Amino acid sequence: MLSIYYFAGIREAAGRNSEVLELPESVTDVQGLINLLAHRYPKELSLLTESDRVLVAVDQTVVKRDHQLRGDEEIAFFPPMTGG
Amino acid sequence: MRYVAVQQNDFDIGAESRLLRDIGSNVGAICTFCGLVREFQRESSDKSVEELFLEYYPGMTEKSLQEIVDQATDRWRLLGCRVIHRVGALTPGDQIVFVGTASEHRHEAFESAEFIMDFLKTRAPFWKRQTGSEGTEWVEHRESDDQAAKRWQS
Repeated sequence: MLSIYYFAGIREAAGRNSEVLELPESVTDVQGLINLLAHRYPKELSLLTESDRVLVAVDQTVVKRDHQLRGDEEIAFFPPMTGG
Repeated sequence: MRYVAVQQNDFDIGAESRLLRDIGSNVGAICTFCGLVREFQRESSDKSVEELFLEYYPGMTEKSLQEIVDQATDRWRLLGCRVIHRVGALTPGDQIVFVGTASEHRHEAFESAEFIMDFLKTRAPFWKRQTGSEGTEWVEHRESDDQAAKRWQS
């Protein structure tokens, strides 16, 4: 199972902090997962397709959209960082 | 000495500096940086901030700070490095972030502290949400921070 976490403005848009999801066989990479989530929750999560405003981390490392998924990772969606 | 902390509590710059000095007699330079909550955003000086809330990603935030500290320590052969970042609700004047570096000579301490701050701003998962006279909003990421981090890549 995938553990999905949302942070900051994306967490607020999603209306939840996290969820668990079984990765369908048809989805093989991060872009596929984004398409799936945006399709399933068009009102809340279509913003995930805005690639310049959304970063994706897999197992706590920021990755590109073509990063391959196995189906048991920790995924996080968040906006560009504003710490410091 | 490599120390990283993400915490709600305030920190004591003097105590942090002493810990770096106590590393040993080979320490010839200590550089400390402290970031504070400003009352006014740079772009719009009429918008005052009453509260700044810092959100983070438990696990990844500590890991990314550790990676930044490791990179700086290797690149400048630091004798010690301490980074503390606060989270939760803060108000103007509060300390947000501390970076302390110790080396034999000043250049390594100065440069590495700046490197750590530039990378922290673009690589460590923290997000600021400010509440003030204009309501509550997430702080926008700054392009100039990306540029600041890029200059170290040569």
